Amino acid sequence: MTTLLGLLALAEGGEHAVEVVTDPGGFVGVLADFAWLIPVVPLLATFAIVLVGKRLPLKGWELAEGAIGFVAIYAVALLIANWVTPMAVEHHIEISRIGSLPGLGDLVLEWGWVVDGLSIMMFTVVGVVGFFVFTYAKGYMEGDVRFTFFFASFSLFAGGMLVLVIAPNLIQLIVGWELVGVASYLLIGHWWEDHDNNAAAIKAFITNKIADVGLFVGVIILGITVGSFRITDVLDAVARHDSALAAVAFWAGLGLFIGAMGKSAQMPFHVWLPDAMAGPTPVSSLMHAATMVTAGVYLVGRMFPLYQTGGMADDVKTIIILAGGATLLLTGLIALVQDDIKKVLAYSTLSQLGYMTAAMGAGAYTAGLFHLFTHAFFKGLLFLAAGSVIHGVHSNNMSDMGGLRRFMPSTYKTFLIGSVALAGIFPLSGFWSKDEILASLSNDASHGGGAAATLVLVLAILGAFITAFYMTRAVYLTFFGEYRGDGHPHESPRVMTYPLWGLAALAAVAGFVNIPGVYTPFTEWLASRIHVMGDHHAGGLNWALALIGTAVALAGIAAGTRLFRRDAATQAERDRFRIPVLYPLLEHKYYFDDLYLNGIVGPIKGPIARFVVWTNQVVIDGVVNAFGAAARFASGYVYGWVDQRGIDLAINVVAAGAGEAGGVVRKAQTGKVQQYAGALFAGAVLLVVGFLIFS
Amino acid sequence: MSWFDQGWGLSLTVFLPLVGVGMLLLIPKSQERLIKFVALGFGLASFAASILLLFRFEFGSSEAFQFGTDLTWIPAIGSNYHIGIDGISLPMMVLSTFITVLAIVYSWNHWPDPHNPKAFLALILLLATGMAGTFVALDLILFFIFFELVLLPMYFMIGVWGDRTMIRLPGFKREVETRLYASIKFFLFTLFGSAFMLLGFLAIYFKSDPHTFDIVALHQAGSMGVFDGTYGMWVFAALFLGFAVKVPMWPLHTWLPDAHTAAPTVGSVLLAAILLKLGAYGFIRISLPILPEQAQTWAPAIAILAVIAIVYGSLACLAQTDMKRLIAFSSVGHMGFVMLAISTLTEAGLNAAVIGMVAHGVITGLLFFIAGSMAHRYHTREMARLGGNQTLMPIMAGILAFTAMASLGLPGLAGFWGEFMALLGAFNPLAGLSLGVFRTAMVVGAVGTVLTAGYLLWMLQKVNLGEPSEEWLGKDLHDADRFELAAWVPLVVAILAIGIWPKIVFGATEGAVANLIKTAFGG
Repeated sequence: MTTLLGLLALAEGGEHAVEVVTDPGGFVGVLADFAWLIPVVPLLATFAIVLVGKRLPLKGWELAEGAIGFVAIYAVALLIANWVTPMAVEHHIEISRIGSLPGLGDLVLEWGWVVDGLSIMMFTVVGVVGFFVFTYAKGYMEGDVRFTFFFASFSLFAGGMLVLVIAPNLIQLIVGWELVGVASYLLIGHWWEDHDNNAAAIKAFITNKIADVGLFVGVIILGITVGSFRITDVLDAVARHDSALAAVAFWAGLGLFIGAMGKSAQMPFHVWLPDAMAGPTPVSSLMHAATMVTAGVYLVGRMFPLYQTGGMADDVKTIIILAGGATLLLTGLIALVQDDIKKVLAYSTLSQLGYMTAAMGAGAYTAGLFHLFTHAFFKGLLFLAAGSVIHGVHSNNMSDMGGLRRFMPSTYKTFLIGSVALAGIFPLSGFWSKDEILASLSNDASHGGGAAATLVLVLAILGAFITAFYMTRAVYLTFFGEYRGDGHPHESPRVMTYPLWGLAALAAVAGFVNIPGVYTPFTEWLASRIHVMGDHHAGGLNWALALIGTAVALAGIAAGTRLFRRDAATQAERDRFRIPVLYPLLEHKYYFDDLYLNGIVGPIKGPIARFVVWTNQVVIDGVVNAFGAAARFASGYVYGWVDQRGIDLAINVVAAGAGEAGGVVRKAQTGKVQQYAGALFAGAVLLVVGFLIFS
Repeated sequence: MSWFDQGWGLSLTVFLPLVGVGMLLLIPKSQERLIKFVALGFGLASFAASILLLFRFEFGSSEAFQFGTDLTWIPAIGSNYHIGIDGISLPMMVLSTFITVLAIVYSWNHWPDPHNPKAFLALILLLATGMAGTFVALDLILFFIFFELVLLPMYFMIGVWGDRTMIRLPGFKREVETRLYASIKFFLFTLFGSAFMLLGFLAIYFKSDPHTFDIVALHQAGSMGVFDGTYGMWVFAALFLGFAVKVPMWPLHTWLPDAHTAAPTVGSVLLAAILLKLGAYGFIRISLPILPEQAQTWAPAIAILAVIAIVYGSLACLAQTDMKRLIAFSSVGHMGFVMLAISTLTEAGLNAAVIGMVAHGVITGLLFFIAGSMAHRYHTREMARLGGNQTLMPIMAGILAFTAMASLGLPGLAGFWGEFMALLGAFNPLAGLSLGVFRTAMVVGAVGTVLTAGYLLWMLQKVNLGEPSEEWLGKDLHDADRFELAAWVPLVVAILAIGIWPKIVFGATEGAVANLIKTAFGG
């Protein structure tokens, strides 16, 4: 089978290369050989939906759903295969040689696919959560003006995300990285009649583009230094402590992490994600919670040995853990004061991404990615449930909700399951992954992580309290008390509630795949890679931290219940929550937006751009026009003794040669061009003569 | 087919359009239909010849000049009719014949005032000969003639069919029509550069021994250091002026926004897609291999000017209110990436330059087509008055959005490779070049990509998105017609194809570029 693919590649003009560490063989081997279908099928679906979607009975949804369903089944099949026998297979198809590097050989561009534990885990998340969200979106987007286009963009996202996670080289990773960025731009601005949505879409794209400067620079440094864009080649160089790489690894690692901070919305690049909630809720669920925003964490995981190996980019880890720590606490606090239910969840997502990043910074590859895994299910669920609520009450604001548990029982129950999982309550999935992060931070603090790890551990425990607190607040404001909105809220149709239950089941049980010291298949999945990860995650269950984490979360729930369990009666108590200084600071989101808008974007778009145009029109063109004026002035004197007739004759010959155009042009001529041209040529001839004599 | 491979194929590609000009002159002006078909026929014939060459091209030895011929032409000065193509000129030549056909197709029902299809199509075909000729010429005099040949038809195109809005220039009493100011500025600017370029060519001729204008022979002489020293320095400076005006490089670019904005749609397309490439091609074909030592001395300066152009062009775009002028200014930045790539003097850099030029040709060409069609319908290019185009003309707006994404360097589409590999080359320029300058240039250039994304997304927001303004309600605004689609869809396909499978271009360039770098710079 591999030979067949190789021939196919050669026929296309490329060379095909395979690297197999563990050859699964047989049917599983065929599955791995054809894994390129995983990104290709959704991308083809995108084209098909654009071309014929509107003419299909379900308006293109069936193509999108079919493609994502295919991905889900393929991914689960691979997951099971990998569970039985760990595998790591890579395929590369060369598409171009772009230049040789002294001593390193040719730099090659390739497309390819990597099928190993990490990529399979990501396929599963994208495929399974994607399948539920696509199903749900059929109900949610019913009757939308751009129903078909929505699913084209959504499929484009799925394809791009899979191009990203299947990439065995950094160039292809960038391709996927930017494709999801475009899909995000299109979907945030889905309702583009309203310019607020467009502004949010542009903000997301530009913020990511700024961070991408880091990614591009990092990839270029790695590619040139190692002589290859293949991730395995880079990690080989890391493993053999290549001295050339060691000299630049810090900058390369930092560059890649800056890119990751953009995609995974770490401070100070976090500002785009809350605004991205302008998109339809299924988009918020799949892209801005479960998958796309985790691409940055995935990138750090994919390049993990670069950050984990001493003498390479290990110094960047301090930056990673601090970025994660700051994000998990500060954005969590903002979630406390939001009225928009999607904004609560958005800030919660930022905070949880901070947890994942902090875990990566602590050298805990498995812990960070485990939280990515569980978070995808419960946060995807929470967004879909919030979407169901919004669908029912036609408002995003919790001040318009209340008492919905009576009207929307399925939504209420599933939202509650998601909230409890997010708060980290035993035995739901969030408990296991959050505990593993706390344990890893503690482990790092006692194994060379130093003050930074200790600090972030404290922040993470505080964060657990805040998480439980804001989720309790959201549950009470939305589902308890009296209904405060207009109209009659109703439960969503089954096409929306079934996916909720599906995700709720996963949010409940997903944690059992990694019970420290008891049953840890997840750890083994992620370990089936070509390189040894050097993972520092905690081995056994840390009872003390598990108890502290649970106690803190319960305290958060208790505090939230105390403040928000009843409606208007406790308004005075709620006002006490409005702590001076802190509360306005949170309401203004620490003034980041104001700083960026008024301090950076405004000046560039305004005075700086205008200054450049002024330079262009007045300074540079001033010189040009002055030359013209001077030439005209000089020509007045030259006129008398330049053979005007001769030049005119030449021009007439030229004009005749250009056919009848000349006749028309003569009217347009001001009679100056000939003089300029004559003077220039005369000058040129003089210069030639002078030049020849001079030299 | 040996006759075809030995010069005739190339000659047909270059001169069939010129024959077409002759034919057009014989047809009475009133026979518009016949005129259009004749013009299209010759454009297609030239394109077909170039495609046949593409299929017969020996990609394995893309460093060799193929399909060439070398005939005595002006024996008195040793100038020959020497033509041939290698892997660098092949993509450029095919691009020029391709765009020419699309320009004719688009013109089918888009005639700017004062109409006159006969003259207009004759000028397009004359341009086609000049453009293709520049890419196949292997003799400096021949190159110069083709290079200058494009000037005249473009001058008439802008001056006759251009924008008639009156403008008042600072320092002048009377108002003038934009087309007059723009066409004269374009003509004189280029002529100014060309004068120096010719000077440089003569200086090369007189220094070479035996005296020759033959580019291949001069490549040999150049690699042996015949033109080194102060003499070569001045020669490089002269050629630099000639090519830099054409590219255009900052600060010699100010003819570009005026000419592009004033030109009729097809004129803008041909200017952006092909004419700008002549300068950059001149650097690669003539300056670098003939004057390698000077190129290394000048490289940091070129790199600095290139990144200034990237940032400056993007900032200028941010302040534009006229859609066409915005697209025009975007060329300054994009050609900045091409020049940055060339200045690295590396394989990655020159590969990036060629694919960057091809990509810019198809992308910006398409952007100008769309801008022209929109102005044709709305009778304004002011972005403040547009908006909601996505509602009014969904197909055209969709293609505009796609092309803008390609223009901002989206990976998977054509624009990415040139931009990314220019930065890649700048990280690791030719040994001996200042790492400090080039790595700074890389970072500044990368920041430029952010600004590029900024102005293109803002343009899309203003033009495509939002609710349509009241003034367009009830107006007959029809979406892209079949002639427009016939001209645009091939470009969309090209953008996708090059983006997904860049080997389409790299397959031709990689060998030729490797050889050029090895011969000239020993790398």
